[in-house]
Amino acid sequence: MHKVYHTIDNLSGSIITLRAEGVKYRELAQVTSRAGTSLAQVIKLSGDTVTLQVFAGARGIATDGKVRFLGHPMRVHFSDSLLGRAFTGSGSPRDKGPVLTDNLIEIGTPSVNPAKRIIPRNMVRTNIPMIDVFNSLVESQKLPVFARAGEPYNPLLARIALQAEVDIIILGGMGLKYDDYLSFRDTLDESGALSRTVMFVHTASDPIVECMLVPDIALSTAEQFALQGKKVLVLLTDMTSFADALKEIAITMEQIPSNRGYPGDLYSQLASRYEKAVDFDTAGSITILAVTTMPGDDVTHPVPDNTGYITEGQFYLRNGRIEPFGSLSRLKQHVNKDTREDHRTIMDAMIKLYSAFKETQEKQSMGFRMTDWDEKLLKYGMRFEREMMDLSVNIPLEKALDLGWQILADCFNPDETGIPSKLINTFWPKK
Amino acid sequence: METTGKIVGVNGNMITVAFDAAVAQNEVGYACLEQGGTTQRLMSEIVRIRGRLADMQVFEDTRDVQIGDVVSFSGNLLSAELGPGLLKQIYDGLQNPLPQLAAQCGFFLQRGTYLDALDRDAQWMFTPAAKSGDRLTAGETLGTVPEGIFQHRIMVPFAMSGVYTVKSLAPAGPYTVTQEVAVLADADGHDHSVTMLQRWPVKLPITCFAERLKPVDTMTTRIRSVDTFFPVALGGTYCIPGPFGAGKTVLQQITSRYADVDIVVLAACGERAGEVVETLREFPKLPDPRTGKTLMDRTVIICNTSSMPVASREASVYTAVTIASYYRQMGLNVLMLADSTSRWAQALRELSGRLEEIPGEEAFPAYLESLIANFYERAGLVRLKDGSTGSVTIGGTVSPAGGNFDEPVTQSTLKVVGAFHGLSRARSDARRFPAIDPLDSWSKYQSVIDKERVEALRSILRRGNDVAQMMKVVGEEGTSIQDFIVYLKGELLDAVYLQQNAFNDVDAATPAKRQQEMFGVIEKAMLADYPFAKKDTARKFFQNMAQAFIDWNQTPADAPEYASRRDAIMQTTEEASRHA
Ligand SMILES: Nc1ncnc2c1ncn2[C@@H]1O[C@H](COP(=O)(O)OP(=O)(O)OP(=O)(O)O)[C@@H](O)[C@H]1O
Ligand SMILES: [Mg+2]
Repeated sequence: MHKVYHTIDNLSGSIITLRAEGVKYRELAQVTSRAGTSLAQVIKLSGDTVTLQVFAGARGIATDGKVRFLGHPMRVHFSDSLLGRAFTGSGSPRDKGPVLTDNLIEIGTPSVNPAKRIIPRNMVRTNIPMIDVFNSLVESQKLPVFARAGEPYNPLLARIALQAEVDIIILGGMGLKYDDYLSFRDTLDESGALSRTVMFVHTASDPIVECMLVPDIALSTAEQFALQGKKVLVLLTDMTSFADALKEIAITMEQIPSNRGYPGDLYSQLASRYEKAVDFDTAGSITILAVTTMPGDDVTHPVPDNTGYITEGQFYLRNGRIEPFGSLSRLKQHVNKDTREDHRTIMDAMIKLYSAFKETQEKQSMGFRMTDWDEKLLKYGMRFEREMMDLSVNIPLEKALDLGWQILADCFNPDETGIPSKLINTFWPKK
Repeated sequence: METTGKIVGVNGNMITVAFDAAVAQNEVGYACLEQGGTTQRLMSEIVRIRGRLADMQVFEDTRDVQIGDVVSFSGNLLSAELGPGLLKQIYDGLQNPLPQLAAQCGFFLQRGTYLDALDRDAQWMFTPAAKSGDRLTAGETLGTVPEGIFQHRIMVPFAMSGVYTVKSLAPAGPYTVTQEVAVLADADGHDHSVTMLQRWPVKLPITCFAERLKPVDTMTTRIRSVDTFFPVALGGTYCIPGPFGAGKTVLQQITSRYADVDIVVLAACGERAGEVVETLREFPKLPDPRTGKTLMDRTVIICNTSSMPVASREASVYTAVTIASYYRQMGLNVLMLADSTSRWAQALRELSGRLEEIPGEEAFPAYLESLIANFYERAGLVRLKDGSTGSVTIGGTVSPAGGNFDEPVTQSTLKVVGAFHGLSRARSDARRFPAIDPLDSWSKYQSVIDKERVEALRSILRRGNDVAQMMKVVGEEGTSIQDFIVYLKGELLDAVYLQQNAFNDVDAATPAKRQQEMFGVIEKAMLADYPFAKKDTARKFFQNMAQAFIDWNQTPADAPEYASRRDAIMQTTEEASRHA
């Protein structure tokens, strides 16, 4: 039987300290007070002083609150009954479904042995030309969407989740607006995908510690499904809220900040989550698509900056479109050679010409003279933006490649495209 | 009697331990965790001693550790196992062989499981080289065993100080690494049994050579921008700072394939596991351009990726450099590549924070600079006691916050290295790979081309860049034809010489001889005067030149068109400039 303690010595933010014995590092405790009952986790031991992080926050906890240690670290239920359900960051039901207490798994467990990993090989089709053609998404990739707050990143995530041929979708919401949570749920429901979805959602009004737990709980659940051979897609939105939760807690703990108030281990914290993306040799896979909002639209801000150093590329969502410049899938070369023989060529040629268009546009805005070539580029650029970049475009890769050839043929002569004649002969549309 | 202590504090991966017998700074101990009837031993290292309390960093997750748990001290500093069988291995930062760990534990790493770094059952064909009665010191050769294409020297263990007399040597034949191969008598007549396996504390440099020499010879990498413009010397040091996605890892991957060295030790320190996987899956299949064997045969991988325990990141770079120095003792040229040193620095920062030390800039510890300096000092060209030479070259990537080089890790590194390959975001965004900035980067080492000739072309590059800046303001119309040609020349040099297509088999790697030939051709094109009257003609001419060069770059040196393509370029240059 676990001992109950009745004296709390210090309270600050979501942190409390008390004297207790026989406590294990990272052990869970139940803190009961006038404000209700919350879970808490041991984050520091010093002699007989135990420091706990209270999931629901320390607000309302009295110095005579009750603390009962549970003897084990954080665990959550795992089974197929998770499917279709929604939970909070600490794993309690957010819907009207039952509390699940059996089949417990630990969260935040050790990483995969690198020697057991394999080179990614399967493309994830999204029917978004800016992804499929120019920066293919790959199964087991970890990829964030960099965007300013207000860009339509959540609908984009939902759309990719529905399009991708995955077995399980796991949504990890951090600081999510309640309305956005509902839209996610409704979108998945309408298309019949809810029954293969699990949602762990922390909304903006929930306690900050729960925000911090969302990635671990979502990814540990994903890992279990993947070990059963399932292809899992994990959506994490918004990882900047997660980082801000880390920051808030680090400050309460009086840790020395490294950069704009963020703790010095921000990189390691983010990496240990993103690195859960994996393709198991003899089982399933985890693909992570995350959102990182950029405060001040600044990619050198610590959160997008550290993220970029961890993930396998990034998509820039700007003005409702995925930017061709800056966006990068670092794994695309593993898959885009086996799709269609003209894939890489179209990718390179169209981007090169679009970049020339951008230069021309700049020249035009400065009032310089436009040559015939400039006029061609302007025509091309407009069509590229309207027919390829616009997010409303929803066509499979092959159709997108065909469309690419059509746009090129409508705007240029073959020898102006820099495409090798062998491919021109096969693919250039006949008038 | 084993020294033990008791845990009195836990904070993240740091534990505080009360002890009552002598312990040493950097001594290794094991936190003993009783769980369900079994004991898990978590490896830790003393990082600070205050009175009767030792602060230790744990190389594992500290979940479930309790106040009062026992720590048993080993009496040893954190050490690497050295001996035949290191090549081809894939280790974690503490030198656990990862494939064997996977065979034992499955998909996931398991804390507290430590395996022998060197296979205890493998037999090696030992041939004695010393004789009974020889008087030898640490690092001198007792015999050799073949390890792949190398004669692996079995040496007097580096930790043995003083002069020893060889009392007996094992006869030629197969031995395991723990079997005795020699008995050495010290000055007092005490006997010491020697095996092929020795241990060395990773944080101490190996110094049992005759003298350190100044690095001179270029270590060619077949990357033109490096070998010609910003060369690295055998035994030298260099760094590659750059923002994310600028191409640091790809540059190191190319270097690890083509560098003209005997052995490559790769330390994947706190970066993506996926990148190491590419190396460890592909190297066994790729031929080593120097020997025809596979690249894996000359490679050791130390892999402590970002989600593996943070404290082992520091260990990983030291383990790597210790293995590199060990092979240097055999008269070999070894290249050690670390990706990324910033992750190691960040691990130090986390530790320093837990120790509540007074932070320096960006919360890095104040001693960061001297640690970095000491680390790069472990590179070097040395003359061994038998007169042969060996070298360790160190190249480290740096991942500066926000891509801004004005930060502690980049700045501390720049103070101590011999070459700086700065990657620029502008270049990588424009897909100009390798993205080594040709104006900001520098090297103190000798190039494969004469310095004056290189400088002449670099100044055109610089002037071309000035014109490009100016043109942004005044437009092409406002630029004189002379300036415009300088700009086009700079662009040509960049497009066909500095840029290299990593995905084209021929262009990806240019051997030194070919670089010298290419340089001659591009130099001619760059120094010629062109009498073009119109910018369009000039542009067209340089476009054609670029195309001709790229075709030539992608032509194998033994192909029939090789010479004709080269001659065509030279002739075009000549014709265009003749009217000047
Ligand atoms: N030499 C090259 N040729 C062609 N493409 C390259 C080259 N170098 C880099 N790239 C492209 O840039 C991407 C990023 O390169 P790389 O992984 O080396 O960056 P990095 O600087 O190591 O980034 P990080 O700091 O995030 O690890 C690659 O996936 C590839 O698409
Ligand atoms: Mg990298």
